[in-house]
Amino acid sequence: MATDKQTKIRTKIQDGVTDVLVLVSHPMETGLRVDPKTKEKVPAHFIQKVVFMLNGKEVATTDLGTAVAKDPLIGIKLKGAKAGDKLKVTWSDNKGESGSEDHTIGG
Amino acid sequence: MTQPQRRIFLKGSLMTALAVTAGSVIGFRPQWADAADWNKDAFTAKKIDEAITALFGTGQMTPSASVKLKAPAQAENSAQVQIQVSTDLPNVEAIAVFVEKNPSPLVAHASFSGAEGFFSARMKMAQTSDVVAVVKSAGKLYTAKQTVKVTVGGCGG
Repeated sequence: MATDKQTKIRTKIQDGVTDVLVLVSHPMETGLRVDPKTKEKVPAHFIQKVVFMLNGKEVATTDLGTAVAKDPLIGIKLKGAKAGDKLKVTWSDNKGESGSEDHTIGG
Repeated sequence: MTQPQRRIFLKGSLMTALAVTAGSVIGFRPQWADAADWNKDAFTAKKIDEAITALFGTGQMTPSASVKLKAPAQAENSAQVQIQVSTDLPNVEAIAVFVEKNPSPLVAHASFSGAEGFFSARMKMAQTSDVVAVVKSAGKLYTAKQTVKVTVGGCGG
């Protein structure tokens, strides 16, 4: 499903290790919060899966629960990635929404 | 030959809609369209031990200094607690983070197939609690924990 939620990726190579930071703008509702106006529980809406692909090969998968903060910022490290390598990050949430972002690792 | 298929599709979607409505009316479960192989049992477990067992299939863990958990001693904002788990253990297969006193303790689980043993994120905490990091390396579980103080109201501690 298409999404209006933004995905941003930032990478930095340092001593042969690539720092990867992914920021998704997502409400991450736990399903426990009560809307102050309607006094009703806000339904859960959160990212469940973030998949990292380096040059088409899966390198890491992170499963998230409801406890991850709003607008999740997920960091991982890759070894041996070079400048110019293609990184693709795909996420999907519990309502079937998903998004992905392509990124070329910089110098 | 598109007609019969369309019928079947319609029927199928109607049934799904019915099932979802029925589910929410009875209050069975929220209508989550869970992502494939997202470990629901582990993420909805109410106790940390249950969550660990549901995730890794065992509760056998060794405390290890090789597992480094970086978290604030006191959280300024319980909705944005920065945590970082790193390890120098070889062959890291997975990293999981738990908050013992959260309604569902499992925060996140990262599995690696080529990435370094590192994971960072921001998480929500319900109250002052132990934060537990579990690293799976070469089939064994290693752990580290730290207490993060949460002050409700946000004033001092």
